[in-house]
Amino acid sequence: MAPLVPSQGELQRRRLIGINAETVTNIPSTDFPGHWPGESHGWALDKFKNDFKVDYHRNDPYEASFSLIGLDAAVANAFRRILMAEIPTLAIETVYVHNNTSVIQDEVLAQRLGLIPLKGSVEGINWMHWEQKSTGDEASAAPELTDFNTVVMHLVVECTKNPDAAEDETDARKLFHNAHVYAKHLTFEPVGRQEQYFVGEGAIRPVNPDILIAKMRPGQQIEMELHCVKGIGADHAKFSPVATASYRLLPDIHIQRPIIGNDAKKFAKCFPKGVIGLEPVTSQEASQAGSGYEGHAGEMKAVVKDAFNDTVSRECLRHEEFQGKVKLGRVRDHFIFNIESSGQFESDTLFLEAVKVLKLKCARWKRGLDDLMA
Amino acid sequence: MPGSVHSQDPQDQSMVDVEQPQEELVLDERRILVLPGSSDTAASFQFEGEGHTMGNALRYAIMKNPAVEFCGYTIPHPSDAKMHLRIQTTDSTTALDALKKGFQDLMDLCDVVTEKFTVARDQFNEENSSKMQS
Repeated sequence: MAPLVPSQGELQRRRLIGINAETVTNIPSTDFPGHWPGESHGWALDKFKNDFKVDYHRNDPYEASFSLIGLDAAVANAFRRILMAEIPTLAIETVYVHNNTSVIQDEVLAQRLGLIPLKGSVEGINWMHWEQKSTGDEASAAPELTDFNTVVMHLVVECTKNPDAAEDETDARKLFHNAHVYAKHLTFEPVGRQEQYFVGEGAIRPVNPDILIAKMRPGQQIEMELHCVKGIGADHAKFSPVATASYRLLPDIHIQRPIIGNDAKKFAKCFPKGVIGLEPVTSQEASQAGSGYEGHAGEMKAVVKDAFNDTVSRECLRHEEFQGKVKLGRVRDHFIFNIESSGQFESDTLFLEAVKVLKLKCARWKRGLDDLMA
Repeated sequence: MPGSVHSQDPQDQSMVDVEQPQEELVLDERRILVLPGSSDTAASFQFEGEGHTMGNALRYAIMKNPAVEFCGYTIPHPSDAKMHLRIQTTDSTTALDALKKGFQDLMDLCDVVTEKFTVARDQFNEENSSKMQS
């Protein structure tokens, strides 16, 4: 028996998740073999290649937005989770405090330093090795510090009085030198082959030089050595390469029965600007019996202009006059990703990196299975 | 004496208490175990160091295989970094093969995503740079 092919209308219905006033319906994906009698839904790479689509909306170094269409939530979510927790980045991990007479305690200062996003030559950062943190076993001693696993930085700042300050000056930043310690005070010291990678613009430095680290008064000083290593977000959030990585499903608004005149204006106000537009009812529509537009030629009707920007607030479902006239939904396989890089890598590279990590994980486990069977 | 809660029927293996895991495999310090009570067409695997990221994606890929009757994953305890994956197949394949195919399909999927993403991004960049120049 040849497999049944569902109609376009049926497929479109399956693609929509229903958003109702109080409930969400038609949630799980059903595109699996054996779910719909007579239909095949087995994995077919050609079909996936054909159906999968990427739409790019925005591509800035620190923010990228794009749509992945034709994916299952399980896979899209895997990409999102990997983006946040499994892409190795460089961050300050160990702080050696030689001197700290500021009022902020060593451990608090160290914690603050760790959270500062660093940037530098991407090539160099990729060249560096990421070593899985030892799980506390005595046998696995700390790895030897080398140029490919540790970046050394220093923070040496001393606060002094500013003799040139005006007598009635009250601003501590003018009254003293180095009253505020900023991220720009971190100095990088290349070791070994790092001198080739992290030169000039590629030097390791904070993404934002103006992050306030500590405040001091004359006579206080901070002198510390910072060791940066590569790590992953699953170990500590400071290693997460993204500020946020999220997706939402494309909203879908379907006006089932005409919304005309003042109702149309009110309807448009239920949505963010630009989502619902007003158009005059054409005489052709008005002359068509049963369309709901009879005798309304020239009046304004509500039309869906751009569902992409809708927030799916469901406000329109609260009003009596729109009952049964509108159906809200979300498209199950249209993921609008938004990735904000914390600055070490560019946002689009991060997504590609996430896909690579998932593939590598699969490859590694699969190789393990081959050994298991042998 | 009341009957044991554990069936004596050798067919019903999944309910039997077994102390020792059967096979073990070291792989970058992370292991796959085949949990006790497995047969050719029905087996549970334990993945160490994996979570929902791999679990759900893999479950999806394996469920897409027509020869698989059931596939599900669980993380039995939130403080153990362990993921259990159950696969039951028809007689036309084995659970292990279904798992391998799942990995392969997921890898193929990743390739397609990378390829299409790169094309879409490059095209977007090109259009935008030309927009800025004009």
